[in-house]
Formats: sequence, structure tokens, C-alpha cells
Amino acid sequence: MFGYGLRRLLEAVLVLWLAATLAFGAMHLTPGDPAQTLLAASGASADEVARRRVQLGLDDPLPVQYVRYLADLARGDLGVSWLHGRSVRRMILEQLPATAELALAATLFGALVGVVLGLLAALYRGTWVDALLTGLAVLGLSTPVFWSGLLAILLFSLHLRWFPSAGSGGLPYLVLPTATLGFALAGSVARMVRAQVVEALRMPYVLAALARGIPPWRILLVHVLRPALGPAVAVVALQLGFLLSGAVVTESVFARQGLGRLAVQAILWRDLPVVRGVVLVGALAYLLTGLLADLIQVWLDPRLRQ
Amino acid sequence: MRGNIQAVKQDLGCPKQNVLARALCGVAIPPLQAVSPRRPLRRQPLVLCSLLWLIAAVLGAMLAPYLTPVDPLTTDPSRALLPPGSGGLLGTDFLGRDVLARLLWGGRWTLGMGVGALTLAVVIGLPLGLAAGSAGGWLDGFLMRLVDAWLAFPGLLLAMAGVAVLGPGLSSVTVAVGLAAAAPYARVVRAAARAIRAQPYIEAARAIGASPWRIALRHILPNTAPALLAFAATQLGWVLLNGAALHFLGLGVPPGVPEWGAMLAEGRAYLRDAPWAAVFPGAALTLTILAANLLGDRLGQH
Repeated sequence: MFGYGLRRLLEAVLVLWLAATLAFGAMHLTPGDPAQTLLAASGASADEVARRRVQLGLDDPLPVQYVRYLADLARGDLGVSWLHGRSVRRMILEQLPATAELALAATLFGALVGVVLGLLAALYRGTWVDALLTGLAVLGLSTPVFWSGLLAILLFSLHLRWFPSAGSGGLPYLVLPTATLGFALAGSVARMVRAQVVEALRMPYVLAALARGIPPWRILLVHVLRPALGPAVAVVALQLGFLLSGAVVTESVFARQGLGRLAVQAILWRDLPVVRGVVLVGALAYLLTGLLADLIQVWLDPRLRQ
Repeated sequence: MRGNIQAVKQDLGCPKQNVLARALCGVAIPPLQAVSPRRPLRRQPLVLCSLLWLIAAVLGAMLAPYLTPVDPLTTDPSRALLPPGSGGLLGTDFLGRDVLARLLWGGRWTLGMGVGALTLAVVIGLPLGLAAGSAGGWLDGFLMRLVDAWLAFPGLLLAMAGVAVLGPGLSSVTVAVGLAAAAPYARVVRAAARAIRAQPYIEAARAIGASPWRIALRHILPNTAPALLAFAATQLGWVLLNGAALHFLGLGVPPGVPEWGAMLAEGRAYLRDAPWAAVFPGAALTLTILAANLLGDRLGQH
């Protein structure tokens, strides 16, 4: 288990390095002079721009810039915003809690709803309940969050007035975004859980457990659900990428604070260090969850420990 | 063995009353029957509806000028925010533009973006995956690490980064989404190619001296086609979803262009008074993505 974890960690570091290199390459392929962009608003002279170029190290040879970039990254320094002249890391850390809150709440909601629906669909396999739930699951993963979010606002805030339609704040502000994003996640979780449970129910050991007189609910929880949850955890982890992406859009729909707004603003103003920072942080979070999910999967399903 | 299981089930008093016990007895579970590929299309209403919807959406976009006499860009403040019925079949938006006309014309942008991005994903992903899967060895290792790095970025964030580099606009969104979709496609192609490569007839082809190129293009590629087609349909759903999301975020087409995601974004400010201006484009988009996903599921069962 430890050796496996170490190997996966090394792999993750390699992938992260490649990803950082991709991000570096993409930024240097982009036309436009960062120093010029940075000083454009203040109407700086050509002299000042040149001085700033030296200051930012933009006149150094590319390999030097690349090494410095990697060293900065290793220390957690994501550079300086071209637009605001502020530390990108600080800007991201300010917005991260709001996005993390939404992503976590949606994961919990989506996983819970997905597991329950998938389990029900599997137990009722071949009946109308199954057809309905499976249909709902496909609908969940096909509906853009910006549409389901809008419908949720229309119904629950404008008509029923149960929840606020936009903004950040306490729990009431979190309900609709969480449900919107969680619904999309629940679809893929439910499909995976259903397939796995159907598979597990066909196993002779389930019948054997029944023959030994183990109570059905215990068989369900221990013999059926546990091996079925491993792949479901993997799906949830893989969906974190989707979840981060979805959170960006959901934030826009509900006018919430978060990384999404930061990224969209940065793209519109072509503030590339901020974009790069958000994307790299997203990649890091994605990789770490993938790693965690692999370990949880091995823990849930001892067959994977070779 | 089978008889024994039946005997055990009878001993246990199967079938039981409640759902849980019945499922555990395996009674509620009819034997897994593979959906026969030859099952006629009319016996599969969902697949049929998906196909019909996709065809209708494409035809609607292509024939938009003939289907509606109204120009999708003409504004008329006196006809602003009219509900469906009095303001055309689907109502008018905040500038008095006809929602139905904009939906039909908008298909050109949305579907065009989807097809363009999917084509790009296939053009990049297919050769990469085929090369990695057919060749194996260090080339496989190298290409797959590259794909891993690509996939390390969450899809939409990667596409957003692409738009940031290329600058907002329709073509940037198409290219960025297509590039983001290329990596998973390469993955799937590689997996399919590797499965074929292990078959005895590939070894036979190699034994009679077929070149690696010939093996990849004549023996492996045609046999991966079904899996690739199924995944392409699913990918179409993905690029439509994420491309429209970028347009919705305002990173794509300029204001006023009747792209479905952008229409939704414009309509949301008037959600209270004129929900139709946002609801209908979203419905069209969702149905199209749903149709692509259902088709992908169906093709994937083969």
C-alpha cells in the first residue's frame, strides 16, 4: 500500500511538472508584451516599459525564465497579476474558500443522491422505477448547469421565494447552487453505482451470504455496496474536474464570489498570470483528488492490492 | 452448478416478499440480455427521438432563412418581451427580437461550433491514440504521459485557458474546446487499439511481414471504428456543453449573436418578466446534448 502510494505520488509530480510546462509554453506563445499590458493603463513611457521588462525578467533567455518559473512554482509563487499588480496567489486564496465550499457541498449532495438513486435503480432493475431513475441520471449529466440553475432560480426564488437567487453569504445562498451542481454530478454517480450493484448482486457470494442467514440489509451494505463503492469513488474523483468547471459556471449563474468570476474577468482582460494560476490550482486539486481516490479505492476493495 | 443455485434459492424460500431480499435472491434481476444490434430502430423510441431531434436541429439551422421570414437581428423596442403567442411562436426578447428566429439561426453557431470542435478533437486525438496504441513501447509511454498532462487540467478550465491565450471569440472557443476534447479521445483510441493489437490476427499480419503502418491503418483502425464512433457521439455532447458554457460566460461570440448559450446569458437579466427568452435556448441546447449522449450510450452497447 505504501509503495503503491509513493509510486502514484511520483507519477502525479511528473504529470504536474508537464502540466506546468504546458502552461508556461502556452503563455509564451501568446502575442503581446506583458510589461506593456501591465503599464498600459498608467500611460507609461517606452523607457518605463523597458525598465519593467527587466524587472519582470522578460529579457532573460527563455530557459532562464523557465527555471525561475518552476522555482517560483515550487515555492507556491504564482506570479503577479498584469492587471492589478497583485500577487496571484493572494488573489486565488481570497476566492478559493467560496469555490471550495460550493464544490464540497455539491460533491456531498451529488454523491449521496447518486448512491441512493443508483442503488434503488439496481434493486428495481428492469422495472419502471429503474427506467425513470436511469432516465433522470442521463438528464442530470446532459443538462448544462447554466440552464438547470436558471430553472431553479425561476422556480425556487422568483415563484416560490424560498431561496435568494443570487449572491454569496450564509446557507440559504448555498442551497440552489449546490443542488444545481450536485444534480449534474448525481447523474454520473448513479449510473456507475447502478452498474456496479447489478454486477455485485449476480455474484454467488451474495447468495452464499443469504444462505448463511446473514440479514439482507447487512448483505447489501457489506457484500454488495462496499465493492460497488470503489468505482463510484473513482467517478466522484474524476468528476472533480467537472465539478471545478461546473463551479465556475454555477458561480456565474448565481453571481457568487469565487475562482470562476476571477478567471472569467482575467480572461476578458487577458490577465494571463491569473488565468494560469487558476488553471494550475485546478490541475493540482484534480491530481490530488485522483491520488486520494486511488488510495480510497484500494482500501475499499482489497482485491486491488496485489 | 446452475441447478445447485436454483436449489439453494428454493431452500432459502426465494422469491421473497420485499424488494431487498428479492434482489439478493437474484429474482428481480432478469438475465443480462445484450441489446441486439439488429433490433429495429422503431422499437427503440429514445434512440429514434434522439436521431430525429438531431436531424431536426441541423435542418432547422440550415433552412433557417426559409423557415422564418423574421430576421434574428432586427430589433423592435415596441415588441420587446412579448410572451409566446402574441410575439411569435416562442415570444420576443428584451430588444424585441423573435426568439424562434434566433433559435433557428443560433443552431448554425452552436451546432457549427460543436461539429468544428469535434472534428478538431478527432483529427488530433485519432492519430495520437492510434500511434500510441499500435506502436506500444516508448512511443506509447511518451504520448500517454503527454495526454496525462493534458488531462491533468479539468476540461472546461483547459478550454478557458485556451480562450485566454487565443483571445475571446467564436473560433477561439471552437479551437479551445476541440483541443480540450482531443486528449480523452486519444485515450479511448489508444485503449481500443491496444485491445485489437492483442488479437492473434495482428500477430499473423506481423508474421507475414505487414509493415507497422499497414497494420495500424488497415487492421487496427477499421476494427476500432465502432468504439470510436460511440465515443465521438458522447464527445459531441461534451463539446456542446462546454462550448455553450464558454459562450454563456461571455468568452465567445460578441453580444447580440444568436448563439444558444449567449442567448441564455442575455435572457437571464429578464428572467422574471420574460423567462421564455432564456428557457427556450436552454431547452434546445439540453435536448441536443441529451440526444448526443443517448446516441453515444446506444452505440457504446455494441
